[in-house]
Formats: sequence, C-alpha cells, structure tokens
Amino acid sequence: MSETSSNASPNPAPSGRHPALPADAGPVVAFSNVSIAFDGKPVLQEISFSLAPGETRILLGPAGVGKSVLLKLVNGLVRPDQGSIQLFGQEIADMREETLFALRTRAGMVFQEGALFDSLSVRDNVAYQLIAERVRDDEIDARVHEALQFVELDDTFALFPSSLSGGMRRRVAIARALIHQPELILYDSPTGGLDPVTSTTIIELVMKERDVYHTPSILVTHRLQDAFTLCTHQFDEDQGHMVTLPQGVTNPNTTFLMLEDGRLIFDGSLHNLLHTDNKFVREFLE
Amino acid sequence: MRYSDHARSFQPSTHPGTSRSPANLMATITIDRTAKQLVLTVQEYSLFAHRAVMNLFSAPRYWPEFLVQSDIIGFGSATIVLMAGFFTGGVLALQSAATLAQFGAAAVTGRFVSITMIRELGPVLTGIMVSGRNASSMASELGSMVVTEQIDAMRALGVDPMRKLVTPRLFSCITMLLFLTILADAFGIFGGAAVSVFMNHQDGTQYFSQAWEHLRYPDIIQGLVKPLFSGFIIASIGCFYGMRTSGGTEGVGRSTIQAVVTSSVLIIFVDFLVTQVLLTLLPPL
Repeated sequence: MSETSSNASPNPAPSGRHPALPADAGPVVAFSNVSIAFDGKPVLQEISFSLAPGETRILLGPAGVGKSVLLKLVNGLVRPDQGSIQLFGQEIADMREETLFALRTRAGMVFQEGALFDSLSVRDNVAYQLIAERVRDDEIDARVHEALQFVELDDTFALFPSSLSGGMRRRVAIARALIHQPELILYDSPTGGLDPVTSTTIIELVMKERDVYHTPSILVTHRLQDAFTLCTHQFDEDQGHMVTLPQGVTNPNTTFLMLEDGRLIFDGSLHNLLHTDNKFVREFLE
Repeated sequence: MRYSDHARSFQPSTHPGTSRSPANLMATITIDRTAKQLVLTVQEYSLFAHRAVMNLFSAPRYWPEFLVQSDIIGFGSATIVLMAGFFTGGVLALQSAATLAQFGAAAVTGRFVSITMIRELGPVLTGIMVSGRNASSMASELGSMVVTEQIDAMRALGVDPMRKLVTPRLFSCITMLLFLTILADAFGIFGGAAVSVFMNHQDGTQYFSQAWEHLRYPDIIQGLVKPLFSGFIIASIGCFYGMRTSGGTEGVGRSTIQAVVTSSVLIIFVDFLVTQVLLTLLPPL
C-alpha cells in the first residue's frame, strides 16, 4: 500500500497511479460528427464533443437514446459508421482491434450491471488485467486489497460475484476499473436500479476518484439526483467523505451532455442546464 | 442497396404480362434477404474461424485455458462417448450376426464391427455426442457472457476474447475429439465382443483376431482424420453462434439450438466429403 494513500484516507486508492494529465494537454476524448446506425436505424447522429483532462462529463438522456452506445464508442467497443473519434490523441474510428487492446488498458470502464466474470472470484475479477499481464501473485494480492479497500469491500476478496448484492457488484466493478490506474474512466449507469443509499455510496466513489486523483471521466446516467450531487459536492480527503459545496458554488470541471433522439442537444455547465430554453431539457429536468 | 430501395425496384410493372402481385414481391424480397443473410453468415464464420486458428501462431496464448477446456471437453464427455460406443458396437454385432449367419459368415462379425466402428461410426457418433454436449455449452456460455456484457468487459480490459475464449476451445476440442474417438472405437469393439460372446455364443478369440487381422492402415487413417474435422466444426460453430448472440436470454437459447443443429448437420456432411476424398486417395484393399 502506498504511504500517501494509507495516510490520506481510510479507503486508499490503488498505489502507483499515473499523475493526472496536465490541464493544457489535448482532449482525452474528442468526438467529431460521429454517427452510427444499427440495422439501418440511426442511433447517434452528428455527435461532437470533447473531454478535457481532469474534466467529468455527465451524459443525460432518457432510456434507449444511445447513451451506452456513445460510451462504447469512446473506447472502440463499437465502431462508428462515420465521423472521427480521438482517444488519448489517437484516431480510433478505423484502428485495428489488436492495436485498440493496448489503448483500452489506459481507460477503465464500469458497465451497467457490473459485468463481473461469474466463474471468477472477486480477487480474480479485480485483478483480471494484472493476471493477463502476468504480474506476480503477491503483488496482485496487495493491489487487489488496495482497490477493494477503496470501494470498502475488502472482505469480499475470496467471494464469487453470485454472492454479492447489486450494489456490491458495481463497487467491485469500480475496483476492477481502477486497479490499473486508468487515465480515463467510463461509467455506464453505475447507480441504475440501486436504492438511494447505495447510489450515494457509488456516487461518492466516483467523486473521490474525480477530486482526489483528477481522473477524467464520462458518466452515463438518467438519475438527475446523482448528476446534481456530483456538481454540488466534493470529496474531502481529510474527513474521508463527500461534503456539500457552498450555496451557489458548483464543481467547474463537471459539465453536462444531453441526448435526444440520437442527437446531442445540450453541452454545458449545470447553470446553463438549469437555465436553458430547450423544451426537451426543461421537460427532462421537470 | 437498402431493402426499401430494393422494394421500390420491384414495383409492379405497368406492362401487360409482366406485372407482379404484392405476394410475389414479398416472396422475392424474403428470398433475397435470406440469401444475403446466408452469404453474410458464411463470410462471418469464415473470418471468425480463420482468426481463431491464426491466434495460435502469435502471442499471447492462454495454455491454462487450453488445459481447462481439454478437461471439460475430454474428461467430461468420456462417459457418454464410451457408453455410446459400447452399445453401438453391441447393436452392430446383434444386427450383423443374424445376416452374416445366413451366408455362413457369422465368424467375421469381429471384422465387420471393428471396420465399421473405426472407419465410420466411431468418428461420427463421437462427433454428434460431443456436439450435443459441448457445442451447446460453448454457445450458451459465450452467449450468456455476451448478453451480460462480460465479453465487452473483457475487451475493455484489453484482453482479446477470441484468444482467451475461442482459440483454446477450438484446439482442445480438436485434440480431445481425437482421443475420444479412439476410446469410442475401442469400446465399440468391446461392445461387439460382449454381444458376440455372451449372447451369440461365438468364440471371443476368433472375434478379436478377425477384428485385428483385417484392419488396414487406410481404415485407421480414415478414422483418425475425421475427428479432426468434427472437433473443428463443434468448437468453431459453438463459439461462433455464442459470440454473435443477441436478444437477451431468449437469444442465448436460440444460439444454443443453432449451434447444435448446425454442427451436427455439418459433421455428417463433412464426414461424407472426407470419406469420399479418403476413399479416392487411399482405396480399400
């Protein structure tokens, strides 16, 4: 366990992390006129946005609008029909799958239902990338314990996913996404279908990763409460939990994207979101 | 050309005698779509199988997965294959003895059983049995992983599911099917011996000497080449349908059925082709 993390927080993050990308570096993710259709039906059309280092983008929209597809486009799990997608400065729209594997290891992804491997223990799930890289067993165990402590689930080390609750599965999935010290994290509805208390726990973990390690991220959700919590709170390392920002203050690095019928209809801050004239956005917020 | 464009190109003609009814139009479109779908599936399968094979010739290779799958396919299928082989040999002896006796040739039952088992029934039966057990399990296992996003998670973690899941299954299935076929052949001959000795009251030594003496290398080669093809078909079809599963749990069931049906039919079809080729290359004495 790293000295820094063990002293700073009761739930330390994995050690040896990459330093946060400098703020003046190019965008971590850049979409330019991206469109995709399935079976002839357009799902996303002319999507353009970017994600700067240290920034958190919250992707809002009703169910079935293409939020998860957009997230999978970011790390090349789905390929666009047209347009350009840059990940860490590299064009991935036409990149060979074999080349993409190496690039994907720099980004962590938390799937909607966790997507843990049923046949593997929590230890092997969290250590999946490390095992693939043939890291020594003692080092794997130490790093898995650190990652599980970060999500407050160290006691699940030897359990199997089938014995975990829905919320615990998501937290293990977050630990799996964080263990390789990603330079970008993609969260696909990490609180979907969870009770409010568990959702808050998950959002607090997302916030901790954002505020302590400044990892850029894209978070898909249709729960406005989670989105607003991320904007109006910050993680306090000393206290070990999130605290409310003063009245009227919001996190400047947390901004919103909104989809409607496969098109990006909003890109801006919480203030702009709350004061937009767009009828669909207003209806969604209400 | 999109289907809507295609449909427009089949608009009923105004020329007398060349008009098409809506029913004919729909039938044409359906046939057209099915044919294209079939060609697309064959093309996707060919690329899939090619990638699965070529992965063995470059790193990373997952040898522990190969051993695990060999245990599941080989040891796991041994019981059903041995039983199928034993009783098939017994049935062959029962059926043939009566007919052969009419020509005073009941003594050649051993020869008949061994050659039939080794050249044809051993490989085909083993292929069908393993297909029912393993093509279905591969399709359902991989299909479940697809619909629960475990395959996407694996790709997101930088691991190639083709290398990790498909290639080990392919090569362990080919290897294990070879050994399972040999066991099925042996137990088929034992089954024939049991029937000949205990039910038909023939001489056991005569049965085994007939079974052994008339066996030629072309027979053995034919019997050992076929399982290589069957093993390839079982694993590649099972994994192919599993990996292209869509539509949730219902889709998993559909993929499983398609995998078993397609692999079983292909095993018999390829067996026919291989038999024809080998009979040409290695004609029986």
